[in-house]
Parts: sequence; C-alpha cells; structure tokens
Amino acid sequence: MSEYDVIIVGNGPAGLSAALYTSRANLRTLVIGKDQGALAKADRIENYFGLAEPISGCELVENTKIQAKNLGADLVTDEIFHISWNQDFTLEGREGSYRAKAVLLATGTSRKKADIEGLSRLEGHGVSYCAICDAFFYRGRKVAVLGNEEYAVHELAQLLPVAGSAALLTDGKELKAKVPEGVQVITKKIRSVDGEEAVTGVTFADGERLPADGLFVALGSAGAVDLARKVGALTDGRSIQVDEAMATNVPGLFAAGDCTGGLLQISTAVGEGAKAAMSMIKYVRRDG
Amino acid sequence: MAVIKITEQNFEEEVLNADVPVLVDFWAVWCGPCQMQGPIVDELAEEVSGVKFGKLNVDENMSLAQRYRVASIPTLLVFKDGRIAASAVGLQSKDGLKRLLGI
Repeated sequence: MSEYDVIIVGNGPAGLSAALYTSRANLRTLVIGKDQGALAKADRIENYFGLAEPISGCELVENTKIQAKNLGADLVTDEIFHISWNQDFTLEGREGSYRAKAVLLATGTSRKKADIEGLSRLEGHGVSYCAICDAFFYRGRKVAVLGNEEYAVHELAQLLPVAGSAALLTDGKELKAKVPEGVQVITKKIRSVDGEEAVTGVTFADGERLPADGLFVALGSAGAVDLARKVGALTDGRSIQVDEAMATNVPGLFAAGDCTGGLLQISTAVGEGAKAAMSMIKYVRRDG
Repeated sequence: MAVIKITEQNFEEEVLNADVPVLVDFWAVWCGPCQMQGPIVDELAEEVSGVKFGKLNVDENMSLAQRYRVASIPTLLVFKDGRIAASAVGLQSKDGLKRLLGI
C-alpha cells in the first residue's frame, strides 16, 4: 500500500493548488484524480488572475499538474470508493489502496441526487448510502444497489457476502462496469421506491415490481459528499461542512473547492486549496 | 452527565421507564460515522441536564435495533415516556442533537 503524508482526492483547481503548497513544504503528497472534472467543459477562461490571453480549462489544469509534479507531488489516475479513519486514513480505489496522515477532499460538486419517489422519505428505513456501514442489517435479506458504474459494483461487493440476494438497478442508464456473475441487472427506469415505514421494493416505469428490503444508492462515482459521509464528516447533503481552516469534524480530514459550496469559481477553489494546504501542513507536522 | 451503556438487559429500566427524555445513539465499532458521533454525544451530555444519554451497540443488541427498525447507523432516537419522540438517521452535529431534543 502506498503511504503519504497528504492525499488529495481531486485534481481540479482546489486539489492541485493544495498540492503545490504541501509538496513545497516537503510533505509526501499524492493527488488522485479521476478525470478533468467541471473545468474540462470550459473552453475559454477569461476571469482568472494573470491570464493575458484566455486559456482553456484543460490547459490550465494540465499546466498546474506539471507544476505540481515539478515540485515533487505524485499524481495518479484512480477512482476512490471508500475512506476510513483510524488515527490515519485508508483510501480504497479501483486501482489500489492508499494511506495518509491527512486527506483533502476536492472532487468538485456532487451530482444531483436521483429524483425517485420515495427515495428521500425512506432514507434510513431501507434506503442507505453506505454499504459498509449498513450491510449488517441485511443479513440474508434481499437488497438492490442503485447505480451503473464501478462505484455501484464496489458497494455490491460489500453486500454480496452478507445479503441473501442482491440486484443492480441502473434506472435507465447504460451499465458501465463488470458485474459479478449471478447478480441480476435491471436497466429499466424506476418509478418509485415503495414502503410505508420501511422499504418493501421498487416499482419500475413499466409497472413491474421487485421486492427488496434494502436499496443502496451508489449513482455515478463516489463524490466528495459520499466519501465524507462514509468517513463521518458532517455534510448538509450537498456540501461538506468545514471551518475557516477548511477542516471537517474528522481529525485530519479537510475539504476545499466546489464540494464545500459557495462561489464555484476557480479563484475561490484555488484560495481554499491553499488554505487547506496550510492546515494540513500544520496538522501533519504537529502529528509527527 | 455520564453516557450510559444501553443493553437488552437495562433498556426497559434506563430508557422506557426513565422520568426524563433519553437520547439513544445506535452505533457499531465498524461504522465510520459512528466513531464521529460518539464524541459529539459525549460532549453534549456534559453540557445538558434534564436529559439522559445512552449508547447502544447494535452488534451486541440486535433485537433492540430490529424492534425500533434501525437499518442505518448512526441512528439517534429520543424516547419520552417510553415512546419515540424524535429520530434522526446519519451523523448529527451538536446543534442537530439539540434540535432533536427540542432544547
């Protein structure tokens, strides 16, 4: 397992800005990025400091990646599914596991929650956002995972040894991951999650019904808010709660950029990344 | 006030028959968010009087988790006069717990 002082999840402006500071401070720094993120869509950036001519989002990010590497940071492409904390942090990704003393979540905004009738109402009563946390309650019972990518398959893998049976529901989306043999995959659109006091099943748009005791939500990839919730950071459901030093309530866990809410601008993300980096440097040095 | 360890043995006496509201934190060792909820409950218990605080390990007391339909942890239940008066699922801040208790 790779060990670092600081792991930054997200390679946008907030994450890379933090990496510049932590690597310059001689902290062993790893930046884990999945893709280009929101900036990949920005063709011309005209409102950022120091640009005589407009520059594309991709170019700005690629330039900063080179800058971070030159300062000693390691950069890898991976998708993180889970973070756990026990004095230090363990991150589980598709390509491997990583360890760090401090972690910065900077993966941008999480995507929209699935808008399915019954989903919010039954949260905690059969609807769960964390398979590792809640698989225990579904021993020998019928569960379903909502999602269509690797993250959903990761959650499925937590449930399969425990649950009686598990199905994968893509809610009309194309399946983009390899599913273990024997798992039922249903790609139909979902109309509702059913149940009065607890989940009893799912009804699809065509009226067909799948009985289930639990529904685990793992749409798209695990965003900063999903990861924060799993490790025990306070969120308001859409953004991560941080103090003025960008620290969460979990010792050593910080967040910066769009995932903390606010202005959604490169300049604020870069500023928050710098602030978070200062806090992480202090935290790692104090912690030894 | 000290936080009480709630078990199947003392649940009736400490929670159902209590003469003050009781906040019970359903938790487990393997649950990340539960490790963060614990200290928040401890801190509030030090500050607030007239309320009892308890922690219930779902691993050791599965029947109580089932009885109160706990299917996600942490779950926080407030009992008044033997009945659930308020509930919350997922990690709660200290203010969130106060709101739950109506204080």
